[in-house]
Amino acid sequence: MIKATTKIAHAVGLHARPAAMVVKLVSSSGEKVTLSRLNQSPVNAASMLSVLSLGLKQGEEVEISIDSDEANDLMEQIVSLISTPLDE
Amino acid sequence: MKTINGIGVSPGVVSAPAFYVAKTKHAEIVLGSLSEILSALESVAKDLDSKAAQTNMTIAKDVIEAQAMIARDPELHSKIQSLIGESSSDLRIVLEKSFEQFKIDLTNLGGYFAERVSDLDEIKHLVVNKLLGLEEASIDIMSDSILVAEDLSPADTATINLKFVKGLVVSKGGPTSHTAIVARNLGIPAIVGAKGAENIRHGDFLLLNGRKGVVIVDPSSTEINSAIKRERELKNKTSRVSGPGRLKDKTLVNLLANAGNIQDAKKALELDAEGIGLFRTELLYLNQTKIPTINEQVALFSELFEMFNDKKIIIRTLDAGSDKPVPFLKSEKEENPALGVRGWRLVREHKQIISEQLKAISIAAEKSKCDVWVMAPMIDTPNEAKEFSGLAKSFGIKKVGVMIETPAAAILADKIFAEVDFASLGTNDLTQYVMAADRLDSRLSDLTNTWHPSVLRMIQIAGSYATKMNKPLGVCGEAGADPLLAAILIGLGVTSLSMSSNSIEEVKGFISTLTKSQCEKTALKVVRCSSAEQARDLAQKELN
Repeated sequence: MIKATTKIAHAVGLHARPAAMVVKLVSSSGEKVTLSRLNQSPVNAASMLSVLSLGLKQGEEVEISIDSDEANDLMEQIVSLISTPLDE
Repeated sequence: MKTINGIGVSPGVVSAPAFYVAKTKHAEIVLGSLSEILSALESVAKDLDSKAAQTNMTIAKDVIEAQAMIARDPELHSKIQSLIGESSSDLRIVLEKSFEQFKIDLTNLGGYFAERVSDLDEIKHLVVNKLLGLEEASIDIMSDSILVAEDLSPADTATINLKFVKGLVVSKGGPTSHTAIVARNLGIPAIVGAKGAENIRHGDFLLLNGRKGVVIVDPSSTEINSAIKRERELKNKTSRVSGPGRLKDKTLVNLLANAGNIQDAKKALELDAEGIGLFRTELLYLNQTKIPTINEQVALFSELFEMFNDKKIIIRTLDAGSDKPVPFLKSEKEENPALGVRGWRLVREHKQIISEQLKAISIAAEKSKCDVWVMAPMIDTPNEAKEFSGLAKSFGIKKVGVMIETPAAAILADKIFAEVDFASLGTNDLTQYVMAADRLDSRLSDLTNTWHPSVLRMIQIAGSYATKMNKPLGVCGEAGADPLLAAILIGLGVTSLSMSSNSIEEVKGFISTLTKSQCEKTALKVVRCSSAEQARDLAQKELN
């Protein structure tokens, strides 16, 4: 299990295109990935509805965990999707 | 005769019979098993995929793709599985129940999230149709009509034969709704939020005025003629919403795209941007552990310039800091990163990196036809502007400018303009500095609102100097993507807007309905408001 914490960079929060990009990436990886607000219950990152329902806003911290010890590349990609603004 | 008022979102006058689009109501019980419902969901997702592929409207595409992802959602599937019994159940109820909690959560979140509830309804509708073996009720319009509906989904607009659609009237939605964007894209008159439109019957003869936001049922011929005549007069004075961005009085407003990599830039070209108004160079370095060589940078900029032929590209030099870390710059931990060594201030410790960037840009620009402008971020004083301008020109950069994103720079904009060729307002940072509120802190989002009159007055100061000294003043923050705010910024003296390329179309359509003096007059009123909400409401009332 690997974990990482990052901040939402997108001005609109984790919705629309940013959310779709994360869900797409996770689904295609086949790994079990969850997202959560710090100290709250995690949700399935391959589920568009669950990711949207988190309602993560810009600047909020999100914890990512992957149920694998060899998914460092995937972790890096997810972190960069979440923490790189799509636009200024 | 009956008059229905709404919000005019796309100008023009048209008279034609109403084509009423009603969603089929599913009255009967739909019995089925788990595997049937899952395969119906998958087949709906496939339909949505192909609709997304068919449409070339990015905004519709995004929404349709998100809907397909919801239909394939594994959590939704397991919820359905837990709700469905051994025996056949009424699948309408199963679907409704499985959406229930998501709907509550999304509604409570408000804004964009709440709007997704309509996607869930749309998916339910499509799945039930699929289970009943109903073909998607195709909207077969065979003669000129005004389409009337409660709301139009992106999927609807992707399937309608738009050739005969002469106007749109929907009873839901606002100025930024999907229908509004589609209508402007097609250049047909449209009104949204037309309460009472649900009473219009199929075949009713309508007179639609998209500029005034009015639809008249059974109009007299005098009414039709005078509305058409008036519109023709107005239209003769305006130009069509193709070509470069301009106001109704033909004042040009450069509409440019923000980009941070080659993909963004390609998309900007596809979406008809007049150029790039903000090319962020830091993203080029994000995955690099060491500084790219000059040759590597030249290759990258050359690729970019080549794509844009003779168009304009404004490059921003490295904008990093401890809040925006770049791997090869080891930044010290700062107490107050937003007020620390960031943007142009990096020159104090890393002059070589910025010099090399300027050199690479200049070499690449020399070899291309592109109109290359270069600006530095976070310029605070006229001295810094002078220093940057000197450095950039020493490398042969022709057009040199700065970003105005601090109150200090805005207030002394006359002294800054004296040193450079142009400036661009970074409205996101300017807002956080004027309001002294961290733009990343969601608890303070009510304060970090560019509509706040304090921020608008700050922009007014910079804008008035730009006008007086005849220097181009751009905006490259999110503010420019809000059509209403874009109009106010133009009224305050801004001459170009740079935004995510998806927003260009909408802003272009909206500003083409306004004159410069309308923008100026409204801006003067708006800066006299005392809150962001009041400012926005006033602008909405004056300009819509």
